[in-house]
Amino acid sequence: MTTQIPVAEELFTWPSDSPQLIGTRFPESGVTTFPQSKSCPKSGSENGERVLLPRRGTLWSWTVQGFLPKSPPYAGKETAKTFKPYGVGYIQLGDEVIVESRLTTAEASELKIGMDMELVIIPFSTDDAGNDIVTYAFAPVKK
Amino acid sequence: MAEDVAIIGIGMHPFGRHENTGMEMGAYAARAAMKDAGCDWSDVNYAFGGSASAGNADSMVSTLGLTGLPFINVANGCATGGSALISAYNAINAGAADVCMAIGFDKHEKGAFAPDPASHGVGQWYGDTGLMLTTQFFGMKIQRYMHQFGISESTLAKVAVKNFHNGSLNENAWRRQPLTEEEVLNSLMLSNPLTQYMFCSPGEGGVALVLARGDIAKKFQKKPVYLRSAVLRSRPFGSFEVFNSWLSPDRGNSPSVGAAAAAFKMAGMGPSDMDIVQVQDTESGAEIMHMAECGFCEDGEQEDLIQSGATNLDGRLPINTDGGCLANGEPIGASGLRQVYESALQLRGDAGAHQVKKPIKTAFTHVYGAPGISACTVLSR
Repeated sequence: MTTQIPVAEELFTWPSDSPQLIGTRFPESGVTTFPQSKSCPKSGSENGERVLLPRRGTLWSWTVQGFLPKSPPYAGKETAKTFKPYGVGYIQLGDEVIVESRLTTAEASELKIGMDMELVIIPFSTDDAGNDIVTYAFAPVKK
Repeated sequence: MAEDVAIIGIGMHPFGRHENTGMEMGAYAARAAMKDAGCDWSDVNYAFGGSASAGNADSMVSTLGLTGLPFINVANGCATGGSALISAYNAINAGAADVCMAIGFDKHEKGAFAPDPASHGVGQWYGDTGLMLTTQFFGMKIQRYMHQFGISESTLAKVAVKNFHNGSLNENAWRRQPLTEEEVLNSLMLSNPLTQYMFCSPGEGGVALVLARGDIAKKFQKKPVYLRSAVLRSRPFGSFEVFNSWLSPDRGNSPSVGAAAAAFKMAGMGPSDMDIVQVQDTESGAEIMHMAECGFCEDGEQEDLIQSGATNLDGRLPINTDGGCLANGEPIGASGLRQVYESALQLRGDAGAHQVKKPIKTAFTHVYGAPGISACTVLSR
């Protein structure tokens, strides 16, 4: 049985039935960063608190990655022949923060700015032992 | 004062793909600029130069002559050339030099840049998961802008058509082949809504400028062009830039807004005083957004301006008259200086086939790039 290994620690809560992204909130400036940050880029404050971010939001902008990214830095195992385009977007999570993410769809016709989106965890690569490496993504909320 | 700095010599190694090294292209441009100014290397009191991928500019002294002059290497990403120019401008204004050179050159591998997460201050996961591509940022910035301000895909394509047309008339440009709107729209979709022919490519080339105190300029050059301002800004909080895994919902301005406003203020002129404009067109959408960010129109007005041909060589406000980054490619270190070279050429009336149709007295240049920097100049005859 393969295990699902997160691409980075402390990026999202895992394992979890209801995973959430992890950020830092700086109370003095009201700024929330993703992922966690030691200092606030607005005020320079180092008084941040670890926060779990909302699982749902709205699509702020999007694109579709149409060609295989150069590796490094890309760690996906696709080749030019097996590569399939993937969606990328920014999702606004309430008034807190807008996060960048892979999207579960690469169909332009399925993506509209302002639509409701929800966090999911997806495999995007494998390690040498055959375990899935997983990352976060946002999926359109099914009506 | 600002009127006291003149551009007395301009030199350029053609952009494109070449056998010689980036450094050799820089030295070629430097010799051409000195020839244009009618000066020798021994007349140059100070030099500033840089490249992103082609070595230390100051090692050029062993090619140009070991005169002992102070030569400072500049490394400032996409604003490297602009920063060299600002440094030269400041050195003359400070009285540190009478004749000064600004040089930028570069030579990059084919294809999109492959950045290193650690050197950009982002986690390895960001590169691992396929989010670290500048092309995605450009796609998402113009996607939202089109949604907010009603810019059409046809207008995106028309920017590329115009710039490739201008490039076809410019012997120093890389891409000399004109393209139709259909060819641009039907080329490979790289990062929705941007297609292959809407993007510029990393390239090669070199540009050098010789600057001098305004009161001695005419000893060297009978048609000096005056640098009225040269300004650099980094990003304010809330700007939308490459390689940001998050943005604040409290949105702010791009660094281009601050750089352009400061350049106009320093020059004592405004956007409506400008006769020609060069703005960063890493891709078609960037030219559209930079028109508004630099103050040449309101958000959304680009649709009518571009569709009506106002930004063409024979239009009311010609933009990217040499074909911009789209037709010239982007050798990072040289790109900002190319815009100033083109402005000087146009102001002198020496641009030949791509000379704008109307008489002109003023010009504006704008360079923008990672990680959120912008450099602007205002020039006049």
